[in-house]
Amino acid sequence: MPVKSTGQAIAEALALAMDRDENVFLAGEGIGTSIHVNPHLPTFGLLERFGPRRVRDTPVSEAAIAGLAVGASCMGLRPVVEIMFFPFITLASDMLVNHAAKLRYLSGGLSAFPLTVRVKSGVFSAGCQHSHHLEAWLAHAPGLKVAYPSNPADAKGLLLSAIFDPDPVVVVEDMPLYWSIHGEVPEGDARVPLGQARVAREGGDATLATYGGAVHVALAAAEALAAEGVSLEVIDLRSLVPLDTAAVFASVRKTGRFLALHDATRFCGFGAELCATVAEACFGELTSPPCRIAAPDIPVPFTPAQEAFYKPSADQVTQAVRRMVRG
Amino acid sequence: MQRQPLDRDQRIALLADMLLIRAFEERIVQMAHEKGRLPGMQITCMGQEAVAAGVVRALAPDDVVVTNHRSHGHLLARGVDPGALMAEIMGKQDGLNRGKSGTLHLADPSRNVLMTSTVVGAAPPLAVGAAFAQHYRGEANATCVFFGDGAAAEGSVHEAMNLAAVWRLPVLFVCESNCWAGAQAHKEHCPIGEIARRAGSYAMPGVMADGNAVEQVHDAARDLLGHVRAGRGPALLECHTYRMRGHGEHDPQHYVDKAELALWAERDPIALHAEALRRAGLLEPDAAERLRQIATAAVDAAVAFADASPYPPAAEALDHLYVNPLPPLAKEG
Repeated sequence: MPVKSTGQAIAEALALAMDRDENVFLAGEGIGTSIHVNPHLPTFGLLERFGPRRVRDTPVSEAAIAGLAVGASCMGLRPVVEIMFFPFITLASDMLVNHAAKLRYLSGGLSAFPLTVRVKSGVFSAGCQHSHHLEAWLAHAPGLKVAYPSNPADAKGLLLSAIFDPDPVVVVEDMPLYWSIHGEVPEGDARVPLGQARVAREGGDATLATYGGAVHVALAAAEALAAEGVSLEVIDLRSLVPLDTAAVFASVRKTGRFLALHDATRFCGFGAELCATVAEACFGELTSPPCRIAAPDIPVPFTPAQEAFYKPSADQVTQAVRRMVRG
Repeated sequence: MQRQPLDRDQRIALLADMLLIRAFEERIVQMAHEKGRLPGMQITCMGQEAVAAGVVRALAPDDVVVTNHRSHGHLLARGVDPGALMAEIMGKQDGLNRGKSGTLHLADPSRNVLMTSTVVGAAPPLAVGAAFAQHYRGEANATCVFFGDGAAAEGSVHEAMNLAAVWRLPVLFVCESNCWAGAQAHKEHCPIGEIARRAGSYAMPGVMADGNAVEQVHDAARDLLGHVRAGRGPALLECHTYRMRGHGEHDPQHYVDKAELALWAERDPIALHAEALRRAGLLEPDAAERLRQIATAAVDAAVAFADASPYPPAAEALDHLYVNPLPPLAKEG
């Protein structure tokens, strides 16, 4: 299998979807002509390949971009729109939360909205108005689906599933992965189903569920723990909605311990949902209380030492697992 | 611009549309004040019938309509079944949307009434998306979106007009300036006075019409649709009219000057049009009354249909969220 960067894998999915289906088009700010020239950006080269009819640079208008997606999808197109950075999704949130998520329900099932929103996430020295992990907001809106890939193959496969899903899907892309994580990517229409988690590393002493770039933090922690004789199972959820609870419960029943990890802040974060769900389903099999490892409840700080302090680290994971396993 | 004059049947059809809308809305108002008769708030377009009839009659069947909370007139003019509409307003199983919408979020894709948004100012971006699909497919159709003068204060309306204009999308923006945004008068939220003048900001035509003169509305809509369909980009039609009731039936209009209301009552769009038809010798003395009776009978039938329909079962609340429903969560324990 060819090795690609995460950004290249996403670009491959976009191109493949456009080749397959004339109804697929892309819209967003700087997705055609960008201020950045970087071959690892997911829309790199697509304007040249597909032309301005299908790769549409928009004005700086997040509400209109999201409205475009809702209205065009209701007419049977399959829009794939980009929101440049995660915090900017607040400007599109009325269209996503009140319209994409609800209009099918309000129509009594007469209408459908097969749209995809790609949003760039991550912590990258730009401060808290460019970095803010809002996936729990989206997951809390019934009617939306939320995918959050951690590697090139999943980034391609989940995006393909999102584009061809008949419902609105937000795909969160951890931007630093675009160029930092390379991996084998199956060729062709290799979809990864929404709602199917992946065991990223097998282990027997504790279960850690996570998603996106945090998967790599968890894997580093698992490697360090292995040297100490502690075996951590890492589950890459891949999508938050639908959530593969069966995979999580099966692992917890094996290990008896559960941790949730994410780059988002802790309070009301997705980890709270994970811990509650595990506690409800597997209470009798847990040998210790579930545990959340998450960012502190502050905006993402700018200055480097504080930014590093914000982001959950492999050390924090190893310490939490050690405490849990050794009591 | 060349425009075919309306023939007698078309002019009478405008009257019949307005009479149906009026009869329907009068019944909604009546039932809204009968305890327990209708769930939720009831928002009518009483007094604004000429905008609905005049604009919607100018559309082709394949054109798309996107509307807002004050939508009954738009749907009825579009030919939506009054029985299914009434049943939906009552939350019944045989309603347009199986009771999921109620009065506020109506959709009838079979009539290309595609989407309704009750988030004020949200309909225009949705319409831009629908118009994009028409443009993308090379269709000659247009999308018509209704919003109020209050909605014009929303940033989303600016974004929608701007995007539609730079992409030259086939959108007819129709602003029903009914003098009120909730309890706020037009001048309190609109410094320019005429929203149609904002069209210049987007290099699109903007026309102000007398929203109580149905043929003037109709002619203006036809002209602007000609521009839109010719691929020359969007257009804005502002119809100056008056909200004859409160925002909804829960609003007693205590802030409205009764003399102003009386002045507008004298400019009733139905009476004005009927009088114009009589003067043109197109309406026999008792014809208007006959049309009114037909409208009333249609509303009677709609209410009977809606009354006979059951409420959908409570468990159906779980349906219609996703096309591909989420898999059931793994069982506990």
